[in-house]
Amino acid sequence: MLSRVAENIYWLARYVERAENTARLVRVNTQLVLDTPSGIKPGWEPLVEITGLHEVFHAVEREPSERNIVRFLIGDANNPGSILSSLAAARENCRTVRDVLPRSSWEAINEFYLYAKENVQTGLTKSGRYDYLDEIIGGSQRIAGLLGSVMFRDEAYHCSRIGRNLERADMTTRIIDVRSTDLFPDDVLESRSLDTLQWISVLRSMSGYQIYRRHVAIRVNRADVLRFLFQDPRYPRSFLHCIETVEESVAELDNKSPVVRRCRTLRRKIRQTEVADLGQASLHEFIDELQIDITALHNAMADAYFPPPLVLEAAN
Amino acid sequence: MRSSLHAGSALHQSKKNPLTLVSSQESVMPIELKEYDPGAFFDEMMVSRNRARPLAKELIGLFRRMDSGELAARQDAADLAIKEMGVTFTVYSEDEGMIDRSWPFDIVPRIIARQEWDRIEAGLKQRVNALNLFIDDLYHEQKIIKDGVFPAEVLAESKNFRPQCVGIDPPLGVWAHICGSDLVRDADGTMYVLEDNLRVPSGVSYMLENRLVTKRVFPELFESYAPLPVADYPTQLYETLAGLSPRNVRRPSVAVLTPGIYNSAYFEHAYLAMEMGAELVEGRDLFVDDDDAVFMRTVSGPKRVDVIYRRIDDEFMDPEAFRDDSILGVPGLMRAWKAGNVGLANAPGAGVADDKVVYAFVPDIIRYYLDEEPGIPNVPTYRCMYPDERAYVLEHLDELVIKPANESGGYGMLIGPRATKAERKTFAGLIKKHPRNYIAQPTLGISTVPTVVGHTLEPRHVDLRPFILSGRKTYVTTGGLTRVALRKGSLVVNSSQGGGSKDTWIVETN
Repeated sequence: MLSRVAENIYWLARYVERAENTARLVRVNTQLVLDTPSGIKPGWEPLVEITGLHEVFHAVEREPSERNIVRFLIGDANNPGSILSSLAAARENCRTVRDVLPRSSWEAINEFYLYAKENVQTGLTKSGRYDYLDEIIGGSQRIAGLLGSVMFRDEAYHCSRIGRNLERADMTTRIIDVRSTDLFPDDVLESRSLDTLQWISVLRSMSGYQIYRRHVAIRVNRADVLRFLFQDPRYPRSFLHCIETVEESVAELDNKSPVVRRCRTLRRKIRQTEVADLGQASLHEFIDELQIDITALHNAMADAYFPPPLVLEAAN
Repeated sequence: MRSSLHAGSALHQSKKNPLTLVSSQESVMPIELKEYDPGAFFDEMMVSRNRARPLAKELIGLFRRMDSGELAARQDAADLAIKEMGVTFTVYSEDEGMIDRSWPFDIVPRIIARQEWDRIEAGLKQRVNALNLFIDDLYHEQKIIKDGVFPAEVLAESKNFRPQCVGIDPPLGVWAHICGSDLVRDADGTMYVLEDNLRVPSGVSYMLENRLVTKRVFPELFESYAPLPVADYPTQLYETLAGLSPRNVRRPSVAVLTPGIYNSAYFEHAYLAMEMGAELVEGRDLFVDDDDAVFMRTVSGPKRVDVIYRRIDDEFMDPEAFRDDSILGVPGLMRAWKAGNVGLANAPGAGVADDKVVYAFVPDIIRYYLDEEPGIPNVPTYRCMYPDERAYVLEHLDELVIKPANESGGYGMLIGPRATKAERKTFAGLIKKHPRNYIAQPTLGISTVPTVVGHTLEPRHVDLRPFILSGRKTYVTTGGLTRVALRKGSLVVNSSQGGGSKDTWIVETN
């Protein structure tokens, strides 16, 4: 498969996954805000920080209000990380590789993008937000499911799998980070049993609440939730599971790949960290570290399999 | 167990609005064709108001039994299908930059009788065979010039003659492997060839998609008609291309070379690559090695390319041989082709015959190489390079269509009867200054086909672009792409200027 095509498929999958997880992120915060007693306002600004988009957000002068931030994350064309921009980018990437992907997947992505675009105004209203985000999550899953069920297990498939899981690993850390930022003093959290409520919201936003209850523990507590979200190899959105999947697919491309070695190191690191022991501040630092590791993993992928950037310009 | 599965299915009803065939809001009226008036033009489907041609009788009957609301609903359904299938073309607009537009499609098919089509097909094969002999001759001995049939000065001023190609023997002696010729029908019913596109003709993917859309939104049309299928084009194209492979391998590696996503025909490039199972590549995906072989950069290292269906103009194809500022091309591609290490379709330089002045000589070219009379006539064409023909043109500017020799897409034309005095004056000046650059033709009363306009059918002008493949054998698409000028009275069918398209049916008439 062409290196350029590999890169496009990788990004296509990443962007679709990113749209889904951004929807999850907005959803979890909406829940958190609703669960919080009046008088304590966790607010929306942390979301801008967590997505790493504060510079983009503050490039334009605006209130960090719920309305503005939700608009920024869902429908702002100037925000390359918004749901709409992600889907537009997914569609563009798909357009350049539509000869390689099954035809139905292009139609699905195209339709999905058109839905997201045409209904964005409804999605920005408070009453329409939930359904809109639900459709975004459902739409992304439909595409992942479609690719999984019809794609030939060749390099194209593995590149999409690598892209999806790398993005998911990254976004899982960010969703956990929503909760890890210092929104409240610890004593406020304990006294009002807010802590439990909030971890429930995090689990719900990642479709993990039911699984957690069935397979991990009846009581929702921070230590178990963190172990579950970072380290449970059976939960498909856990950091560990995502990295294992990436490793598996990279090995299918080339089992002597240096990227495989990196995956192994990262896997060991996540297994050996006692995540439950990390306080709020060190959890936040740990998450930062993992995000840097993911960037390094991406760069290693690009070096090994994607076309050299700007080759022609260099030749001129 | 089984029944419980079925019981659950009601939960999974589609969220999309079901297609309503009759919209209750609109006034429901049967479609009246009493107002349908093609005027002085030949209508492909109607003999006169309210009377269908025999081959279109059942089709028109079906439309008549439909009410106006349903007609509009069917057209909407087709538009939606096209949007969802992502059938697009790219246009550039000053306000919005590059935008991807849905392909405008009209649901009323255009019907051509099999007997007539057989004659057209034979005429097209003859024409393209002669053109290939002509191109090959121009790059070798130029016998046609020595014999005084084709003027040396036309060649001397040709923009598309490539001196780099002189003396090259492409595989099978074929230069134009893919040709799209535009046909129009005049008021008296005669079918003419209007032009031959030998560089990178596009539109065939829309021909294929149009049939899929018609089947999807209008399946009942196929109950009374069995139009000949069009779907084998990608297979034929692959075989034509594979036949150019320099290596004798079972499955030659074929690539479609595109300028990229911003090209107006990008959709088609991707579509054809996908349909052929070929690789869709951009210039930067390819490189030519020291042994003049072409490779693509893949995840598992360089992979040899045998044949390239290039959808990039000659000039941008190889910065070593042509324009050195091209970043779309592949340095060394000409070297590889000359060395016989890669097949290129169309061959570089084939465009020399895609020129409106050369067009005027095609009947002579056919007679010269094949010793046959042309099967399909040319539109009478005045060549401004000849003083007597030029004088006639300058005197009759208000009756003629003036076309520049090397523009495509309907740009740079003067439609005499509709032009202002000032515009005619400008063109008179241009013709006197560069006579070789212009030809003139009478304004044709090109034929019409019923077309959906709001809630009714109105006549709109159409042309037809069949595609001809030349390799070991010559193949013509079954019908072709019918383009329709959607604006009332307009003769411009180009999609960049408000044109749409129709499904084209070749039907047996016995």
